[in-house]
Amino acid sequence: MIFLFLSSGLFLGWALGANNAANLFGTAVRTRMLRFQTAAVVCGVFAVLGATASGAGATKTLTRLGAVNTIAGAFMVALAAAAAVYMVLRRVALPVSTPQAIVGAIVGWNLFAGRPTEMATLQRIVFSWIFSLVLATALAAALYLGLAALVRRSHVHLLRQDVLTRAALIAVAAFAAYSLGANNIANVMGVFVSALPVPAVQLPGLGIISGAQQLFFLGGLAIAVGMYTYSRRVIDRVTATVSEFSPLAAFVIVLAESLVLFLFSSQSLEAMLARHHLPRLPLVPVSATQAFIGAMIGIGLVKGSQSVRFRVLGEIVIGWVVTPAIAGLASFIGLFFLQNVFGLAVVAP
Amino acid sequence: MTLVFGKTKVLETQIDQFLDAVAQSGLTFALAIRDYLAGNAEEFDAHSTGVTELERQADDLRRDIETQLYAHSLIPEHRGDVLGLLENIDEIINTEKKTLSQFSVEKPEIPADLNPQYQELANTCVAGAEALVAAARAFFRDTKAVHDHLHKVYFYEKEADRLSDRLKREIFARDLDLAHKIHLRYFSLHIEDVSDEAENVADRLAISTIKRTM
Repeated sequence: MIFLFLSSGLFLGWALGANNAANLFGTAVRTRMLRFQTAAVVCGVFAVLGATASGAGATKTLTRLGAVNTIAGAFMVALAAAAAVYMVLRRVALPVSTPQAIVGAIVGWNLFAGRPTEMATLQRIVFSWIFSLVLATALAAALYLGLAALVRRSHVHLLRQDVLTRAALIAVAAFAAYSLGANNIANVMGVFVSALPVPAVQLPGLGIISGAQQLFFLGGLAIAVGMYTYSRRVIDRVTATVSEFSPLAAFVIVLAESLVLFLFSSQSLEAMLARHHLPRLPLVPVSATQAFIGAMIGIGLVKGSQSVRFRVLGEIVIGWVVTPAIAGLASFIGLFFLQNVFGLAVVAP
Repeated sequence: MTLVFGKTKVLETQIDQFLDAVAQSGLTFALAIRDYLAGNAEEFDAHSTGVTELERQADDLRRDIETQLYAHSLIPEHRGDVLGLLENIDEIINTEKKTLSQFSVEKPEIPADLNPQYQELANTCVAGAEALVAAARAFFRDTKAVHDHLHKVYFYEKEADRLSDRLKREIFARDLDLAHKIHLRYFSLHIEDVSDEAENVADRLAISTIKRTM
């Protein structure tokens, strides 16, 4: 029964993996720099590692926004988010993402349960969405300029550059997959953490694995399966969007994207910044797709604005409003049905 | 990684050897023309054979490079450009070899006072081919320098056009048989073909270089 309720989160993880793999290694595969199988397996493994080892930070923020306290409620919140993103908004080709949907769905649960939504947390989350886009743009522009200067000065032979680029692409794809797992596992399994108390287990050689980590591991596996089973089709579909970028530019885009995801999910980095009295970024699930688009815009700006499609920016901003609204509504209606039609407890007192 | 770098190192050397063969064939071509104009038949034959041998070496290297690029799936994004580049550069040696063969078979009777003009035309065409080889080397290592070399290719091609035009005017202003005039004109055109080939490759190289920039 528990797996039936978890299925919505696992589906969300599968869809997340299938849709976001294009942002991690799509260009590398399309330009034949990497084989799909190699990229999918490496990224799958690192997504599981990232989710299990570093998924807690962003999950805490979501739990502060709304601690869904029954498994049936968590099921519907995850299902509403998945439905909003993958069954409604992506069908009309809007570059929307799960973080916005899950936040909307949690707020929908808060409204249904009559619980207050912590506005400070909500503000921090929305600020993170905007800042992640700006940060990805700035990072990609700076990295692009730096790498272009380095390549110009190094006079590396084209063949050697090809080998180095392949190694860099697989390394950055692995880092991006780790960061995606760490940051976005909150979307997939975050709502189940407070709803499903799983006992910790002691594994020989690995130490104590907490209940949340076991859920993150499952969610990470779902992301990995999504990458392996379905992302090839998504990569083929979105080739037109990224076709103008060279493998080196693709490397910069993915590096900027993964740095953004990492900055918004690493608890150890946050602790280090706090120790040195430096400004910290909130640990919030941010959109890999939108960070990817931000990075593309950053390179477009450096290369000349004619290759920047500002329309996409407008669509992202629309998505920030429309996605939570639709997911919130779907969550509210779904919870109502679960409670009143199926007689399931979606809110615990 | 060391193994992969080892493979690329071998290929880098082969590409350099291919370009060396093209550069050397240009110099040998100019010497062969000099010998023909000076009436040194033996030396001319030796240099002609030298160009033929270099052409064979370049062909072998090019085929080997092509096979390895495909076999090891190297530079997938630029493979087509690189293969096209090597094949077109190979055409320069082919043109040199064909021109020398025509000299050998047809033995044009060039008036002695026109010798310096034929030699100058040959030297200018070879200078264009050398600039192209330098541009091709830069394409693999230093794309910013490609433009500087291509600029010289275009300069020498225009200069070859001018010299060829001047030579043809002088030929047709002379009191010679029309057949002789036409024969002399053909040899001006044959030599000029070398710089035309270099220009064709330069045009492709310019596009490939734009694609290579990040």
